[in-house]
Amino acid sequence: MTFTNFLMNITGSPFLSILIWLLIFFALFYFARKPFHRTIRSLSRVINNAMRLASASVFLAEKKLVQRNREVLMAAGLENAERQVEREFDRINAAVVRDLEVYPNLHRKITDIISHLEEDYKESADMPPSLPNWATIIEPIAKMKDAGDSMVSNMLGEINRTLTEQHKSAMEGYRKDSSKRHSILNKMLPLWRKLQRTLGDVGKSISSMNDRAKSIDRYMDNYEQIRMQTDRAARMLSSSSLTQFFIAGLLLLIAIGGIIINFNLIALPMSEMVGGASYIGPYKTSDVAGLVIILIELSMGLFLMESLRITRLFPLIGSMDDRMRIRMVWITFTILLTLAGVESALAFMRDRIALDMETLRQTLAGVEAAALTTRIIPTVGQMILGFVFPFALAFVAIPLESFVSSSRTVLGIIGAGLLRIIAFLLRLIGNVVHYTGRFMENLYDLAIFPVLWLEGVVIDMRVSRKDVPVEEVGEKDREDRKKRSKS
Amino acid sequence: MKKLFVFVIITGLLFVSCTDTKKHAKGIYMLIDTSGTYSMELKKAQSIVNYLLGTLHPGDTLAVARIDTGSFSEKDIVAKVMFDARPSVANSQKRVFKKKIDKFISSVKSSSYTDISGGILQAIEYLNEVDPGTKYILIFSDLKEELAKGYVRDVPFELAGFNVIALNVTKLRSDNLDPKEYLGRVGKWRVDVGKGGGNWRVINDLERLDNIFSD
Repeated sequence: MTFTNFLMNITGSPFLSILIWLLIFFALFYFARKPFHRTIRSLSRVINNAMRLASASVFLAEKKLVQRNREVLMAAGLENAERQVEREFDRINAAVVRDLEVYPNLHRKITDIISHLEEDYKESADMPPSLPNWATIIEPIAKMKDAGDSMVSNMLGEINRTLTEQHKSAMEGYRKDSSKRHSILNKMLPLWRKLQRTLGDVGKSISSMNDRAKSIDRYMDNYEQIRMQTDRAARMLSSSSLTQFFIAGLLLLIAIGGIIINFNLIALPMSEMVGGASYIGPYKTSDVAGLVIILIELSMGLFLMESLRITRLFPLIGSMDDRMRIRMVWITFTILLTLAGVESALAFMRDRIALDMETLRQTLAGVEAAALTTRIIPTVGQMILGFVFPFALAFVAIPLESFVSSSRTVLGIIGAGLLRIIAFLLRLIGNVVHYTGRFMENLYDLAIFPVLWLEGVVIDMRVSRKDVPVEEVGEKDREDRKKRSKS
Repeated sequence: MKKLFVFVIITGLLFVSCTDTKKHAKGIYMLIDTSGTYSMELKKAQSIVNYLLGTLHPGDTLAVARIDTGSFSEKDIVAKVMFDARPSVANSQKRVFKKKIDKFISSVKSSSYTDISGGILQAIEYLNEVDPGTKYILIFSDLKEELAKGYVRDVPFELAGFNVIALNVTKLRSDNLDPKEYLGRVGKWRVDVGKGGGNWRVINDLERLDNIFSD
């Protein structure tokens, strides 16, 4: 007898059996209703609360991360602004030193020109033509009236002639003086121009200083904004950081491309030096050796840039005293130069080996290998590439520094975003669980709705008859009834 | 602590580099059938050897031996070489090897019997001695074994870790009449190699020799 048969045959009639089982089912589920509701409610509440708590704590972590990110951003921004202001001051200092160095010369030059001009001016003063002193003496004689005396007439005539001659010579002298003055004035023109040019130079220097001062003002404004940690400064720095991150990332990708090409250039000849048959793990020793050389070049490039104070990845190098730092510049540059020479030689060797291999392959294939003997241009090209790559890779330090510094901000932004999403998901899960619990309660009630309906009818009857005090009807029952009537 | 860590890493790398030299090397022993009419196919064997010379790297081992009446002998090895670690030296070795093979192909005389089993036993012995990372025995033959009177070859092969590849297994005239003969012949070798623990393959299309190393 199967279980179904057993269920159907507890009485003679299957219909009756089903009815009995239904009654048992409804009764059982009716009595279990409140515990079930409580269980589901408490379970959903526990999960919901746990999720809310977790979400709140994730939100808190996100806030802290955002705050931390902001602090990092501001610190980096402050440092950058300080560097910019410092650089501008350095430039102004250089300009002032340069201008002040030449100032005594300039001063002397201007004084010379001015004194020269003064002298010339004095020399060019307009002097009236002077007559000899005796002219005043003979003037009364000249005024004497001609009374027909021939002697007097002659004397007067003579005086007149002498005066006319004197006048002529005075006029000539005056003309000569005027011409001389004009020539002096003419000579003054280039001096004036020189003076104008010198003063123009001074003006330019002052206006350049003015521009620099304006730049410093602008940088100082930014610095103030950052120091006050305003939202505007945060937005500005964040956007600048993102831009830097992507540009530096792009440059690093290009550098990686360069590294791959460089690696291919030296991996084959390295097998000639360290052997092509040994392996380090799954990698050929020659490949690893080639990679190590490239990495050493990169490191030397980093140290060189650091020693030149172009980058600031290693504070220890930056804080070295200048003598030591310059020594380090020379050491790293020498190593880099040596490695460049080695790479160039390896590139040459690679070309030889490749040529040898090609010749062998052609021999094995039964082809004449005469055409492969002269290949100067590719050889030289490879050698130049081998020599240039180490120096080109040295400049990777600059985008690397930008990438590292900006990645802190970018990672912070990504982390904050992820935390926000996690917090949202936790809240969502909590709410879903909460409403699923309610849904299950309602589903349960739906399964036993005839009993609940009957219960409602009975309670209504009891209330309407007033033979039972309303207080006896449980608060909960009334609420349930209201809910049901509403629905 | 830091120094210890660096020391451990370097020691580990050195250890791995020292022990890994043979692990990546290939060892190839090629048997060339010189019996009867099959000796006409030797030009193909020459091109296969050339292909192998072009493919193998420094550190790999290559040996070419003939299959004749009694092949279980070092005298049947035509040329053998372990390529130097330096590519330039390895290239010179390849040139010398090619010359030896060319000379052998041009001067070989066909044998009356075909002792393939003896050749395989010799190959196993040789490759076990060299102990490369992967071992290949290439059999350039029609796989029809004919032993001379008195030669006993009922020794089971120990081919664990070996790849046995039959190349250019030509169909004989009798195979055309009854293909079961050909299939039976190939099947017999497959079973023998399988019993010895080796991997068996047949490559008849010599345009696809790259399949030799496609494990």
